[in-house]
Amino acid sequence: MTQASQDSSSDAMLEKLKTKPGSTKELFNKFMTGLTAFFTVAILIPLVAVVFDVAREGVGQLGLNVFTERPPAPGLTGGGFGNAIVGTLITLGIASLIAIPIGVLAAIYLSEFGRGTKVAYGIRFAANVLTGVPAILAGLFSYSIVVINFGGFSAFAGGVALSVLMIPIVMRTTEEGLKLVPRGMRDASLAVGATQFQTIAKVVVPAALPTIATAVTLAVARAGGEAAPLLFTALNNNFWSFDPGRPIATLPVLIYFFSIIPYRPQQQLAWTAALVLLGIILIVSVTSRFLTRQKQF
Amino acid sequence: MVYDSATAVETDTIIRTENTSIYYGDFKAVSGVNLDIYRNKVTAFIGPSGCGKSTVLRCFNRTNDLIPGCRVEGRVTFHGEDLYSKDIDPVQVRRRIGMVFQKPNPFPKSVYDNIAYGARINRYPGNMDELVERSLRRASLWDDVKDKLQASGLSLSGGQQQRLCIARAIAVEPEVVLMDEPCSALDPISTLKIEELMNDLKQLYTIIIVTHNMQQATRVADYTAFYNAQEAKGGKMGYLVEVLPTDELFNNPKEQSTKDYVTGRFG
Repeated sequence: MTQASQDSSSDAMLEKLKTKPGSTKELFNKFMTGLTAFFTVAILIPLVAVVFDVAREGVGQLGLNVFTERPPAPGLTGGGFGNAIVGTLITLGIASLIAIPIGVLAAIYLSEFGRGTKVAYGIRFAANVLTGVPAILAGLFSYSIVVINFGGFSAFAGGVALSVLMIPIVMRTTEEGLKLVPRGMRDASLAVGATQFQTIAKVVVPAALPTIATAVTLAVARAGGEAAPLLFTALNNNFWSFDPGRPIATLPVLIYFFSIIPYRPQQQLAWTAALVLLGIILIVSVTSRFLTRQKQF
Repeated sequence: MVYDSATAVETDTIIRTENTSIYYGDFKAVSGVNLDIYRNKVTAFIGPSGCGKSTVLRCFNRTNDLIPGCRVEGRVTFHGEDLYSKDIDPVQVRRRIGMVFQKPNPFPKSVYDNIAYGARINRYPGNMDELVERSLRRASLWDDVKDKLQASGLSLSGGQQQRLCIARAIAVEPEVVLMDEPCSALDPISTLKIEELMNDLKQLYTIIIVTHNMQQATRVADYTAFYNAQEAKGGKMGYLVEVLPTDELFNNPKEQSTKDYVTGRFG
């Protein structure tokens, strides 16, 4: 083979390496990339639209009075929903007190003792089913257990209903966090003579704390926005109440009632209440992330 | 086991296995090990992959208990006491027989808290600052970290992390330190530091080290045990071929398979 023919054949080889603008392959590639980018943006549209709409409609009424006053009588203007903010915090507080210990302890069992067992598989499956159960059924559960047997509608009954929604979220997310703690950490702790309890309490759970905070935030955000489970458990209350044993006003229920009655001022107040609810959930997310921020492994 | 060398006279046994076999479920992973570990000596376990050297090491402080289905037959004694008898608390065993792992595994806590952890758990009555300093000095890490005791243990380099783990292991004053390939994730300079460290530490502790690196065994170990594996039902079954003073094992082994392994003919 001569020098010249060798050069020409390698030129042909190099030509093959170059891109061919305008080829079908090239165009299809660009089209698909564009499509994925389009839908990524499309996903944001509902979120942005909701936040924007709520802010636009709700910000006009926002003032100190909405936090300190109780709702006006139908048709009258002014007033606020301070009692519903307090009520939401109380029901969420009760729900968290029930759901966090149960969810976290169950997650510890699944991750530390029940790995690969049939029991763990069954519980995980049940939790997944529970996540998909309509929220109103959680209300029905609390109604039939708490409301009927323990003195009627109350903030506590509302808290129980919300905790049913929170438990599976807390449990599943916490379990994922515990599983991410490397096996070596547990080995190291046991190797210096720690018991299993000490290992879990002092090494595994602290290492998983950021995920546990995420779990709680997700659950609070989910439960905080629910009206259906509260309708026939916490009911509603036009007055201030701090008593967990009595009916209590909550933001979602207030939004629901005020948005369906034909008075303009109440409808305006419902928008503002929605804005405040969004704000509360945002504050919960940001603080819990901030408090538990730490180095990862 | 009978030794003709003079060193055998001045040593005493701290851990002894008598016909020890280790099973995972029905599968026999290690068969019939008879071995003496001598106090204040470094004993190295060498052998091809899957020969059970780590498994034997882990049964000395009952770490295998944590693997479901793992079972030990025969006797493993520590100061003559059967480690697997019913009235033995594995937590107390691990207090006295510490362990350093293959991959450095400091807790996501500060350097100080990494060392203090074991002492706090065991309700150490003395001065914690002194204990932390002493442990870090023994692990020759003090000069590297004395100004950043509150920094995260994870912010140290790999070699420093492993020395931190050694310091953590010796902070609870164990009698024996088990090391499961402690240098396999480290660079040569860090490896050398840890090998030097082992020479210092054997004044105070008994060390057993599993290593894939035969040169490392010749550098650090007083005794070397060679394990081999044979095909068996359900996988490879490991067994102890022989244990000798390190020089002898490498230069004048009694078994042909040891000779083949140390001269690089297989493994």
